[in-house]
Amino acid sequence: MSGRVLVGVKRVIDYAVKIRVKPDNSGVVTDGVKHSMNPFCEIAVEEAVKLKEKKFIKEVVAVSCGPQQAQETIRTALAMGADRGIHVEVTGKDYDTLGPLQVSKIFAALAKKEDAQLLILGKQAIDDDCNQTGQMTAALLDWPQGTFASEVSLEGDKIKVVREIDGGLETIKINTPAVLTADLRLNTPRYATLPNIMKAKKKKIAQVKPADLGVDITSRLEVLRVDEPPQRLAGVTVETVDDLVAKLKESGTI
Amino acid sequence: MFHVGIKSTVCACAHGRLSTKMALPVGALRLNQLAVSRNFYKFTCCVGARSLSDNVSSKPVPSSATEVAGDHLIYTRDHFALQESLRKIVDQEINPHVDQWEAEGTFPAHKVFKILGNAGFLGVNKPVGQRDGGWWSHGELKATNVVKGFFYPGGGGVEYGGLGLDFSYSIAVSEELGNIRCGGVPMAIGVQTDMATPALARFGSAELKEEFLLPSIAGDKVACLGVSEVGAGSDVSSILTKAVKKGDEYVINGGKMWTTNGTQADWICLLANTSDGPPHRNKSLICLPMNLPGVHIARKIEKLGMWSSDTAEVFFDDVRVPCKNIVGQEGMGFTYQMLQFQEERLWAVGNIVTMMDNIIQETIQYTRQRKIFKLPVLYHQSVNFRLAELQTEVELLRSLLHRATALYIKGNDVTKLASMAKLKAGRLAREVGDSCLQYWGGMGFTSDVLVSRFYRDSRLLSIGGGADEVMLAIICKYMDTLPKK
Repeated sequence: MSGRVLVGVKRVIDYAVKIRVKPDNSGVVTDGVKHSMNPFCEIAVEEAVKLKEKKFIKEVVAVSCGPQQAQETIRTALAMGADRGIHVEVTGKDYDTLGPLQVSKIFAALAKKEDAQLLILGKQAIDDDCNQTGQMTAALLDWPQGTFASEVSLEGDKIKVVREIDGGLETIKINTPAVLTADLRLNTPRYATLPNIMKAKKKKIAQVKPADLGVDITSRLEVLRVDEPPQRLAGVTVETVDDLVAKLKESGTI
Repeated sequence: MFHVGIKSTVCACAHGRLSTKMALPVGALRLNQLAVSRNFYKFTCCVGARSLSDNVSSKPVPSSATEVAGDHLIYTRDHFALQESLRKIVDQEINPHVDQWEAEGTFPAHKVFKILGNAGFLGVNKPVGQRDGGWWSHGELKATNVVKGFFYPGGGGVEYGGLGLDFSYSIAVSEELGNIRCGGVPMAIGVQTDMATPALARFGSAELKEEFLLPSIAGDKVACLGVSEVGAGSDVSSILTKAVKKGDEYVINGGKMWTTNGTQADWICLLANTSDGPPHRNKSLICLPMNLPGVHIARKIEKLGMWSSDTAEVFFDDVRVPCKNIVGQEGMGFTYQMLQFQEERLWAVGNIVTMMDNIIQETIQYTRQRKIFKLPVLYHQSVNFRLAELQTEVELLRSLLHRATALYIKGNDVTKLASMAKLKAGRLAREVGDSCLQYWGGMGFTSDVLVSRFYRDSRLLSIGGGADEVMLAIICKYMDTLPKK
């Protein structure tokens, strides 16, 4: 086993920013807007670094797909403890239409190329909320998957994953190599300390293009329109439960 | 040169997210607020109640975000990475508790400093280490009155845990700390990093540095600065605290005022008269543990603002401390304190510039949704024009700050520019606070909003860390307009 873990990190609009839809409804405004690493990807990086600190794995490689700025996200991962980075360059229109299927193909290719033992991703990105990349990548690689992980432990050449599911918690044991996706309660990401931020400067980020990996990134999806959700209307207060039932019947809800 | 009343780097409240007091694990708090912010709520402002939708108010995009890393005057990608990481700490460990700390009149300095210390933010421009048997300094400023040394670790020396970075990184830290939603906590941090420790870092003996500097950088010990007294603020040379040599000890009698962190500090960097010579040459800096017999914390001072920062009046009653606790040379204390003023003052400006940005942004958001005579308050020309004026001046101040910092890290004496920046910062903060508070109307007068806290906290800036009048006198000196003797 190579002892190498690939961690996918996505550059998304910062969670605290108020999103604005572009006037032409083609998407959201991203220019000049604060971006940062997807919170679930942070949790994924933290888990990978923890595994390295516990000596279960030897190397953490942070991967991001996107334009030049994606390197900042990789650098944050390096400052958290990743050893090196891979920047898959996707720009312009290609980047606008880049979705989980293409990213999965890229990750699958990289996982094979880097002889990865483990691929850890965030469960979903906070911009598209797709929750697909991890699952698709596992399928493409024909690897087992432990998604929505809230606890991960390596036991020999198997991985025990506690998953958060609708009914509660499910514990599974899967073989390696495998794909894991991180859920909220998996860990609390560490702060990138200043000494580590400075050290991260020396770590390498390799640049590749999707074509180099033999991946075709043309999208089969077309975004027709993006709209804000409808304005939330004012509520109505009612005095009694009977009033409430009456109002609900009136509006046709029940 | 004079020194002043309140020894503090001053900052006021910042925008951030109005935190909800939910018992969620930290990570969940962030993601929960994320879930909320994804909805396009109108910014509601119920009197008294903090609704979840308040968290929706978007973070103002700091002006540095509009500049690409390569274009910034002094900041590189590393500075921005530093700020991003520090911002997370501010958002997760500090801002959620600010309201409570303001109400309690103190904040847990040991806890907060330990978190910052672990992340390396308390020793940004402090020495990395020291070689056994001595140090060597790298680069000296040629300008008068200023000596700056960088220390590098030699083989087999003490590691102080500092990062040895230049002052532009300290300014990056100070600007980012301006996102804390009060002035008290950044001020307390500033005392720890840039007021109580610079002289020790530059001139202290190896032993002294190991006992006091190392744990202060690590965040294990809380420091405070003892310079101002009840009878001596701007006029540092007239302090009365005396340290009389008796054998190999100093016996200290006197008192200090306006001691930020004073009620919880482990040690105080004390300026005292150690001889009978001329007033600028008879003072020394002494590292004094606060738990020594004879040290009395007389009271915690009730103030107009900066409530989360505990400010103490301290008395010294025959306190005995070894002579080796003196920083550098005896009689040089006054000079040592003076040397770091440029840095202290620029640091204070860094804080307030971000805070003013945030207050203006928050005021824009409020006035955009608040209607008066059927129009948003913001759409009235007197309002949007005034905010434009204020923002213009904030940008001017920011430019001055960065210009002074750029010159300083190249080795220039920036006393004049730093004094101008501090002067402007104090006055502009009062204008911004006053004008913005007006636009919040009745809400601005309540304790529920940040602008009223900023109004109170920022008033200190024209007084502490070098009063406006002192700054003006310094500038006149450089302009050569003072009366000749």
